Amino acid sequence: MLAELGLAALWLAAALAALQLGAGMLAITPKGAELAGIVRPLAVVQGVLVALAFAALVSRFAVTDLSVKLVAENSHSAKPMIYKIAGTWGNHEGSMLLWVTIMGLAGGFVALVERRLPERTMLATLGGQAFVSLGFYAFLLLASNPFERLNPVPAEGNGLNPLLQDPGLAFHPPTLYVGYVGLSVAFSFAIGALITREVGPAFARAMRPWVLGAWIFLTLGITAGSYWAYYVLGWGGWWFWDPVENASLMPWLAATALLHSCSVLASRNALRAWTVMLGVVAFSMSMVGTFLVRSGILTSVHAFAVDPKRGSFILALLAINIGAALVLFGLRASTVSEGERFAVTSREGALVFNNVMLSSILGIVLLGTLYPLVTEAMGVKVSVGPPYFTPMSAVFAVPMLVVMAVGPLLRWRRDRLARVRAGLLLPLAASVLAAVLAGLHGGVALMPFIGLTLAPGVVVASLLPLRGRRLRHVPLATWGMVVAHLGIGVALMGMACDSAFSVQRLVAARVGESTMVGPWAVKLAGVAPVAGQNWTALEGDLVASRDGSGPVRLAPQSRTFWAPVQTTSVSALHTVWDGQLYTVLGDEVADDAGDMPTPASDLAHSRWQLRLWWKPFVPLIWAGGALVALGGALALLGRLATDLRRYVARGKIVDRKQRQALARGERA
Amino acid sequence: MKRLVGLVAGVALFGASALANDTMPAAPYAYRQLSDPAKEARAVALMETIRCLVCQSQSIADSDAPIAGDMRSQIRQRIDAGEDPEAIRGWLVQRYGDYVTYAPRVTPVTWPLFAAPLALLVLAALLLRRRFKGGEKAS
Amino acid sequence: MSETEKPRGPSRAPGWALWLPLALFGGVFALVVLGLVHPASHDVPSQMIGKPLPGFALPAAADGKPGVATRDFQNGKPRLLNIFASWCIPCGVEAPVLAELARQGAEIDGIAIRDHRADLAAFLARNGNPYTRLGADDVSAVQLAIGSSGVPETFVIDGHGVIRYQHIGDIRPEEVPMMLEKLKEASQ
Repeated sequence: MLAELGLAALWLAAALAALQLGAGMLAITPKGAELAGIVRPLAVVQGVLVALAFAALVSRFAVTDLSVKLVAENSHSAKPMIYKIAGTWGNHEGSMLLWVTIMGLAGGFVALVERRLPERTMLATLGGQAFVSLGFYAFLLLASNPFERLNPVPAEGNGLNPLLQDPGLAFHPPTLYVGYVGLSVAFSFAIGALITREVGPAFARAMRPWVLGAWIFLTLGITAGSYWAYYVLGWGGWWFWDPVENASLMPWLAATALLHSCSVLASRNALRAWTVMLGVVAFSMSMVGTFLVRSGILTSVHAFAVDPKRGSFILALLAINIGAALVLFGLRASTVSEGERFAVTSREGALVFNNVMLSSILGIVLLGTLYPLVTEAMGVKVSVGPPYFTPMSAVFAVPMLVVMAVGPLLRWRRDRLARVRAGLLLPLAASVLAAVLAGLHGGVALMPFIGLTLAPGVVVASLLPLRGRRLRHVPLATWGMVVAHLGIGVALMGMACDSAFSVQRLVAARVGESTMVGPWAVKLAGVAPVAGQNWTALEGDLVASRDGSGPVRLAPQSRTFWAPVQTTSVSALHTVWDGQLYTVLGDEVADDAGDMPTPASDLAHSRWQLRLWWKPFVPLIWAGGALVALGGALALLGRLATDLRRYVARGKIVDRKQRQALARGERA
Repeated sequence: MKRLVGLVAGVALFGASALANDTMPAAPYAYRQLSDPAKEARAVALMETIRCLVCQSQSIADSDAPIAGDMRSQIRQRIDAGEDPEAIRGWLVQRYGDYVTYAPRVTPVTWPLFAAPLALLVLAALLLRRRFKGGEKAS
Repeated sequence: MSETEKPRGPSRAPGWALWLPLALFGGVFALVVLGLVHPASHDVPSQMIGKPLPGFALPAAADGKPGVATRDFQNGKPRLLNIFASWCIPCGVEAPVLAELARQGAEIDGIAIRDHRADLAAFLARNGNPYTRLGADDVSAVQLAIGSSGVPETFVIDGHGVIRYQHIGDIRPEEVPMMLEKLKEASQ
């Protein structure tokens, strides 16, 4: 019954979205002006309805209602509750429903609170939002109904991909989705502003919190996804420039650029057309990313729920949404001037440079990711991987990071480098020192050397905007910038340390044998079978000690799930302040080639493949990512607090005027 | 002995070459390092840029697929014998085409990959210069 | 699609620049449509077609059949070289088709990849043995040398030891005439 209610709510929400689109577009014409009043309420009700539909689906997964086809195909009664719930979006239909749900809620929220923009722009924005949503509703209702029933009802479900049965991954996709959808709000604002030609600081201020919010979630999503790949794939890598990873990186790059150009527009009323275009591009990249992941058009390690047919539907949506937006941009942007001017040496100058570099990296990533398709069309298969992406993006990233170190110290409009030169001595000294140390250490390749040199400079420079200020009086938004830039430096340090100093040891160890990896002695104390709720495993008992310090126990597993049947290795990690010990239990090793394996009773006497890594400072990568997100959160809080104060102040003014009017009335 | 047929091998095998669990022990140097750290480092650097043929977008350094293990073993043995990493890459490209290397070479088909960053740099320089020149005059 | 669209001059961007994002988007769109219409094949074809077999000499994989070496392919008569394994399910499906090819006069040599002798013997007992020679490649060395990326694959080798054709995946019954045709072409 709940499934039918969910479906009904979804249809209703779709109908309301259609109405919202029509009313929003008519309301900005002189004839349809009386429709203006219903657009905001429509957006709110639409959000509530689609949230109800999503809740209905979650409830079906929570109780493992196998009469719902989606549940039967993707869940199993013997699964921990958290993965039953996460199973809701661990599949195509559910994740699309999650997408429209977040979009609907975001639209409703905008309709409720956003009062700064001219009402016509708001109506156009909500119309644009409904336009985008409508495509997704059509997709869900016509091509991927999540509430479809199954008859006869099967006795048991198919289960969830074991790789997705991981707390990190259970919440990784929704995090990215919130990011994508946040960018859809920015996209709608851009459409609204283009339609009414109202691009200015007010538009940037209205859009900024959404971009910031989206950007925080994208940052978290990418960071979590990278950590997930790091410990799940079992080979110690954390970024492979895989198409799916690139698909999540591209919206982040565009959003980062958009965030900074938004700042310029909000503070200085410059870069108008550019900001609008980035608003369109950022969401386009989200859709392109979703398309690449779903269509299976490029092979990826992370490809789940791949289906070319659904790919075509997303592609059609993409063409309609993005194509229309870019046509609108071409028609309207010529009437939007670029706004205020500024000098090279100025805060704006640095931000423009950052924007151009970010866009160039985006271009490189997009080109490298899609290029195999180009050559495939010419009948040649090529692979584009890390040896291409890393140096090519560094060409743009390195100058960008240098400018990032200087930019925040500059004043708006125009400034002189001489004024900030003294302050820059400190980061410069840090970089030179790091370069000398890395040189003395020796054996560091070019890329990690650049990273090791640059990172300390960036870290020091990121703190400079706080110099000579009373910390309690520094605005939250400035704190946000400082923390986010610091995070970039920290993450860069982690990446460089990982590629420069990681130690790998592959051994076939007998129980009782010790192996040295970096400063650690790792002893295989035993191998024993263990069982979980829906898996069995062989678990290695590793005892690691460092310079005679107290031993640490690690328990890597080779785990076999039975619904569906699949074996995966589960790594065991030990984190200390200066790095991470990474251990994986591999196969049992036959003593002579051709020997059959020893029986299970004999686990203790055979040899086992162990893969061990000592990775100095590698956790800095994700700590840095978390700092970047934290910086975003601080900035968002700062902006919202300012907005709120302004809102309250305006309320008071209105209130006072009303009371005055009232008083006048009484006197009269 | 069980093979670790994880995500990697699990989704790694398609269609015609659908693989059951092969029970053969791994090749000698698939999971064993060279004793000379410098040679091992060279071998790993090469393996990280060679694509696993049966996996979905993974290097042979990151894969549990048997054929990836055999390729690692062969690469380690060749490096140990003193062969140049780029010569080994060339040998593989001769057999599997450019698909096997993650480091694209400059060929008549791939030159735009390498021209693009240059074009972007030039374009960025031109546009930034124009933008700022205007800005200077204005202020 | 944003990479060529930059902040523009102080006043206004030239008209064409505003259409650049759309043009780029159009290009990307066309490309992915092409990719969807003609999905990339997952097969990795060998680049050794037209080149001589690399030198190798594999030991015998089964009792009663000799091993396989490069010089066995230089006796003037074209042959099939089947790369297979007992643990590969499609190889079992392919076995009767190979038998049919052998019945129609094709000479087939086999290379068993990463296979235990006992497993292979059981496989041959179950599926028959169409092979003239049978080599054991325990570390995929020959497989890598001839550019084969999986099992089963079948190569047509001409009488001078030159690789003429590669068939990826199991040979279907309806493909028997095609394979015989390839063998005939190789003898010319």
